[in-house]
Amino acid sequence: MAVTAAKPFDWVKAAPWLYAVGLFAVWEGAVRLFALPLYILPAPSAIMGAIIQYWPAIWKNSLQTLYTTLVGFGLAVAGGLALGLLVGWSRFIYAGLYPLMIGFNAIPKVAVVPILVIWFGIGSVPAILTAFLIAFFPIVVNVATGLATIEPEMEDVLRALGARKWDIMVKVGIPRSMPYFFGSLKVAITLAFVGSVVSETIAANSGLGHMMLAAQSQFNVPLVFAGLMMLAVEGIIMYALMAWLEMRMTGWAHRSGHAR
Amino acid sequence: MSRPLVSIENVDLRYGGEGGTLAVSGLSLAVEKGEFVAVVGPSGCGKSTLMKLVTGLNMPSAGQVSVADEPVTKPVSIVGMAFQNPTMLPWRTTLDNILLPLEIVERHRVRLRAFKADYIAKAETLLATVGLKGFGAKFPWQLSGGMQQRANLCRALIHEPELLMLDEPFGALDAFTREELWCVIRDLHQDSAATGHPVTIVLVTHDLREAVFLADRIFVMSARPGRIIETKTVPFQRPRALDVMYTPEFNGIVHDLRALIAEARVQPAEAV
Ligand SMILES: Nc1ncnc2c1ncn2[C@@H]1O[C@H](COP(=O)(O)OP(=O)(O)O)[C@@H](O)[C@H]1O
Ligand SMILES: [Mg+2]
Repeated sequence: MAVTAAKPFDWVKAAPWLYAVGLFAVWEGAVRLFALPLYILPAPSAIMGAIIQYWPAIWKNSLQTLYTTLVGFGLAVAGGLALGLLVGWSRFIYAGLYPLMIGFNAIPKVAVVPILVIWFGIGSVPAILTAFLIAFFPIVVNVATGLATIEPEMEDVLRALGARKWDIMVKVGIPRSMPYFFGSLKVAITLAFVGSVVSETIAANSGLGHMMLAAQSQFNVPLVFAGLMMLAVEGIIMYALMAWLEMRMTGWAHRSGHAR
Repeated sequence: MSRPLVSIENVDLRYGGEGGTLAVSGLSLAVEKGEFVAVVGPSGCGKSTLMKLVTGLNMPSAGQVSVADEPVTKPVSIVGMAFQNPTMLPWRTTLDNILLPLEIVERHRVRLRAFKADYIAKAETLLATVGLKGFGAKFPWQLSGGMQQRANLCRALIHEPELLMLDEPFGALDAFTREELWCVIRDLHQDSAATGHPVTIVLVTHDLREAVFLADRIFVMSARPGRIIETKTVPFQRPRALDVMYTPEFNGIVHDLRALIAEARVQPAEAV
């Protein structure tokens, strides 16, 4: 209505909320209009109902999935950073390891879960390791890229002053690869969710993936969708956290002024 | 009397081992202490290679390079370098960029923490010299191209090098900024002589007017594989004003150089 605020309404900032509300409204409308049965596509209202009805179970399983995802992601960050620095350090290591990593990354991680189950049994460990394996690759590649693309002139200036490889790494290479690293975290965290849920769907007795599989076998479609909804919410929150971290840590790399 | 500060004797350099590119061949030149020399030549003739030989970044395949009476076998830390691309680190302020060499050069890095204030004062003085007073706290990307190149000069000078190697440092700048920076370099060279620690400058450039305006002597290189085909002495008195560029003698020298390079381009030096 008649708004007399000092600032005009910020449509761009409101856009995500408006679009989300719009999506749910269209969804709700379509389900009602075509009278779709609950077991085909539940309306958002029915999903909300399921979330409220099964809240204790949903909450517990959401925490479990968040836990395995974050542990796997943390391992991927530590391992990816370390291996990325190693790969970026020397051309010899790069040449040797890169094809192996490409090959490994090409393996669908679904196929690895049964092996992990043989080794570690059903439970949190396969989920954590799957999240780790899938999130690891983009971090390594990005860190190594940051190191590999040091300007040769910069290297010459420092080498002429007597800099050792280590100096160049610490003064230039590592700071330089940080925007790549923090940028890769956004991709890695979403992949980590994929990994842990895939593993939970195959071999677990808790977690959102497990819950959705159980709900599906009982034809409780609204609960399946409730699980999806929780995954989306967790994914968005963690992504936003990584994006914020990226801005905080490497603001110098985003100097267009566009993003604040 | 004294031996030259830089001497290159009959040097070959081939990139990439047997059958690689022969960048320079039979290259010989000498630069006296305190001198300002320029190196001009067709593009790709090995000018940057010459810089890398003198600074010890590349080792000759044949012949010998000496700096300050020592054969060059590893990077020479009495040298400061600046390239066309200023390569400032965007995560450091301009001041911290300028201090970077001190974190590397052996004799400074051990003292840096204890004498930080002195070093910062020195960097501020240098910034003022090149016309960047008060810009130390700015990040490089907040500076224009010309200002970044000024900061780049400060970084090349902070560790008080005896030898300053400039590889087309003004190539990417507009004409007015370039002339301003010529004067900055001219004054740096002049003032260092006055203080008794004369800095020797080797300037690679493709701008012949720049070479004639700044240098005492100009080396003209042949097409690849590069060697010196002519050494021109510039007769103008110092200090030189920009006006000297509008005299007939100045234009005469520029003309001669242009003719030499045009000739070098069409007939590459013999061997491969
Ligand atoms: N690192 C390198 N590896 C192989 N060839 C090179 C390398 N650097 C320069 N060259 C070649 O050596 C020749 C001379 O190069 P350079 O010294 O950069 O020329 P200029 O600076 O005079 O333009 C060129 O033909 C160039 O392609
Ligand atoms: Mg060059």
